[in-house]
Amino acid sequence: MTLEEVRQNRPLQTGLGLAFGIVFGFLLERGGATEHAVIWGQLLLYDFTVVKIMASAVLVGMIGFALLRSFGLTEPHVADPSLGTQLAGGLVFGLGFGLLGLCPGTVAGAIGRGSIDALVSGAVGLVIGTGLFATVYPRVGPWGARTGRLPWRTVSDLLGGVNLWLAVVPVALLILVVLGVLEYLGL
Amino acid sequence: MLELLFAPRWSPYLAGAGIGLLMTLAFLLSNRPIGCSTAYLKARGMLGRLVAKERTGAMEYYRRFAPTVDWQFMIVPGVVIGAFIAAGLSGTFALELVPPFWAERFGGSFPLRWVAALAGGILLGFGSRWAGGCTSGHGIGGNIQLSIASMLASAGFFIGGILVSLALFGIPWGQGVWGLLGGAP
Repeated sequence: MTLEEVRQNRPLQTGLGLAFGIVFGFLLERGGATEHAVIWGQLLLYDFTVVKIMASAVLVGMIGFALLRSFGLTEPHVADPSLGTQLAGGLVFGLGFGLLGLCPGTVAGAIGRGSIDALVSGAVGLVIGTGLFATVYPRVGPWGARTGRLPWRTVSDLLGGVNLWLAVVPVALLILVVLGVLEYLGL
Repeated sequence: MLELLFAPRWSPYLAGAGIGLLMTLAFLLSNRPIGCSTAYLKARGMLGRLVAKERTGAMEYYRRFAPTVDWQFMIVPGVVIGAFIAAGLSGTFALELVPPFWAERFGGSFPLRWVAALAGGILLGFGSRWAGGCTSGHGIGGNIQLSIASMLASAGFFIGGILVSLALFGIPWGQGVWGLLGGAP
């Protein structure tokens, strides 16, 4: 089976989605990110577990992604950036993030460790909220896309159209410095 | 190595590195980043089709994200199962109605927590679809690709989350970042 056949095989992909989800949930639970207290600890800026998980995932993943790109094994999946889409939507997300103390992935993880709160408020709210957005999408979507558009899609573009690796290296160093400072400060 | 299988908590760096490898594998085998918010939308679309088939089918957003059981949908049940296995192996699975952290501040009332958390869930769902992804799809999967859109979204997630959390729980003087600023005023 070639890589292309794996990607085109729908039943196999559905199974792979489940498998990726299982490993993802296992890792989120072991990292501590499925606990409300850990998320709120991060948002109150005294427990940096979530930032450490995300930063190390991005560090490893961006090297992996850049390797795959170098060998032509994957394509970029990057949205057009605009303040009206990602920043505005992100801020609304943030309000929910703070009230619930979980995000969409960790809601599922928290259900797995026994949180009824995550099930009856988190998952139910997410189903309602995503549906509400589907209703207003014909108006909000185009408004967001044309409001505060930014000209760069990736850090490579921002640095003047450099090769992916030339963008990966400074971002990787930045992540290492941030993690080093967190450890140095005992956070 | 075997102890790791049963340890309730791993170093965040180990869990994070594992997630980074998993994302790489998803780019290789499925040619996309792992995200979670779309699955809830698909669930809503499936419910919609049960109740109002024509209206749901006519909606532009459900034509972009077909409400079917597919790769994207299966991620979320997978996460539930994966976390259940992890909690089961380490013996940390426990049914919990009101999160203790919330109860410490606002008391153990379930109706109060339910109203607040349901509002939170709705905002989370609305905002994640508006932003085009969540803490997984943008926060990890998009940032991995050095996407400016994902960096903007991540900034929004945390700015909003920090402001609401500080408003709800107050500044924890003396702890973490606040400890570096000295004692309470």
